[in-house]
Amino acid sequence: MGYPKDRRYTKEHEWIELKGDLATIGITDHAQHELGDVVFVELPKLGAKIEAGKSFGTVESVKAVSEIYAPANGEVIEANGELQNKPETINSDPHGAAWLIKVRLTNAKGISDLMDAAAYEAYIAEKGKETSA
Amino acid sequence: MDSSTTSPISALRKTPLNALHRRLGAKMVNFGGWDMPVEYPPSGGLIAEHKAVRGSVGVFDVSHMGDIRIHSGKKPGGALAAVQHITMNDASRLAIGQAHYSAMLYPEGTFVDDVIVHRLGEDDFLLVINAGTREKDINWVRDNTKGFDGVVEDLSDAYTQLAIQGPRAAEVLQKLTDADLGAIKNYWFTHGTVCGLKNTLIARTGYTGEDGFEIYVPSGVATSERVWNQVMEAGREFGIIPCGLGARNTLRLESKMALYGHEISEQINVWEAGLDRYCKMEKGEFIGRAALERAKAAGLARTLVGIEMIDRGIARDEYCCCNDAGERVGVVTSGSPSPTSGKNIALAYVPPAYSALGTVLRVEIRGQKYKAQVVPTPFYKRPKKHATA
Repeated sequence: MGYPKDRRYTKEHEWIELKGDLATIGITDHAQHELGDVVFVELPKLGAKIEAGKSFGTVESVKAVSEIYAPANGEVIEANGELQNKPETINSDPHGAAWLIKVRLTNAKGISDLMDAAAYEAYIAEKGKETSA
Repeated sequence: MDSSTTSPISALRKTPLNALHRRLGAKMVNFGGWDMPVEYPPSGGLIAEHKAVRGSVGVFDVSHMGDIRIHSGKKPGGALAAVQHITMNDASRLAIGQAHYSAMLYPEGTFVDDVIVHRLGEDDFLLVINAGTREKDINWVRDNTKGFDGVVEDLSDAYTQLAIQGPRAAEVLQKLTDADLGAIKNYWFTHGTVCGLKNTLIARTGYTGEDGFEIYVPSGVATSERVWNQVMEAGREFGIIPCGLGARNTLRLESKMALYGHEISEQINVWEAGLDRYCKMEKGEFIGRAALERAKAAGLARTLVGIEMIDRGIARDEYCCCNDAGERVGVVTSGSPSPTSGKNIALAYVPPAYSALGTVLRVEIRGQKYKAQVVPTPFYKRPKKHATA
């Protein structure tokens, strides 16, 4: 799968898409593949503050619990309520319909340090080599 | 996402089907020191695998399981006496061709491992043990059978073990063997030609709560892959898919089958685990018996219960279990969403006072307490069939 070029990526496999000071955050296709069938999502409430590098929610597959880490600082203005009833959307459309939260950024510092699509693809390719050598 | 840490792959042990699993696109994990498939995303992944076994048929590579043969020394009866000494079930009741669930115990009455004991001959037994405890088990068996006139052989690397599981398993395997599978009852076995391999052990056993067979073929890579492929081909009309350890775990959990290191361990005794019916105190001496006598007289401090989440949340292994007042009283040993019911189920140890059906408990998930209740187990029981084809 090609990773969308209009966003940035973290080493913990989240993506963030910016429009001015509004950002949409989700997990990557690689992340959903690693997790397997997603059955449960826990997201923050409206108005919650998220902090770069800190966990703001969890995604669970049958086998595993995974923390989701904030790529930036901000305040949650919307959480994707659809995912509560259809968590499997995270497997089928992680970069689209299965966005997790929308936030108003309190500062955009550090976002430009995140990986672009090409760097992220290289990053996960490298990780793949480590585990299948 | 957490990035999980993995051991260097070279340090992990591999079954003869390792390369095949990788070609099939399996997601591999370190399971007790073994590089094993947890699921096969290209053919649908864990939930699809679980449903294939409940609804039709799936195949598992379980070659990581260990196999210990104990047979006669100079005099007949030595192997039986040794097996009776090191296992809690009564192996003297087994007919030749019959198997049963049993366990090896420490003198404290807690678990070395659980085991399926097969009676191959009058004084000839095959013990199938867990992968993660193979070395510990074989050493323990050797140490504790020294005084007996029996020969202990570690055959763990001699076999590729495939589990063909599900309501259509018999139809699939029957295409590949001359043995009359309909004549093999649950927990019995026979030897027959499978995929041209003479004298193959075929057992009607498994770890899924479903009908099914486990076959033991020579462990060469080419032979193992050929048998696997023939099983897949024979199962094609029934939608057979390869199944990994993920589905194996959810299937056994729904059926309330114990997993070593979770429901049973060196800390937990037979009565607590609720495995009374596989422990035959009346058969005479065996390791752990005296401690179990004392434990029975002392009464249970904790007992294994099945719980189902009421609140939205998934109980996982090692999460704390609280009473309705919020006081910590026990611990979850295995927890998962149930692919069959869609509910979030778990097994947990709690004091007997909290074990009655309907008792409300609270499971601590990331610092919050979520409501659950004690429910009947097993969570899943396979429908009774009239014919045993």
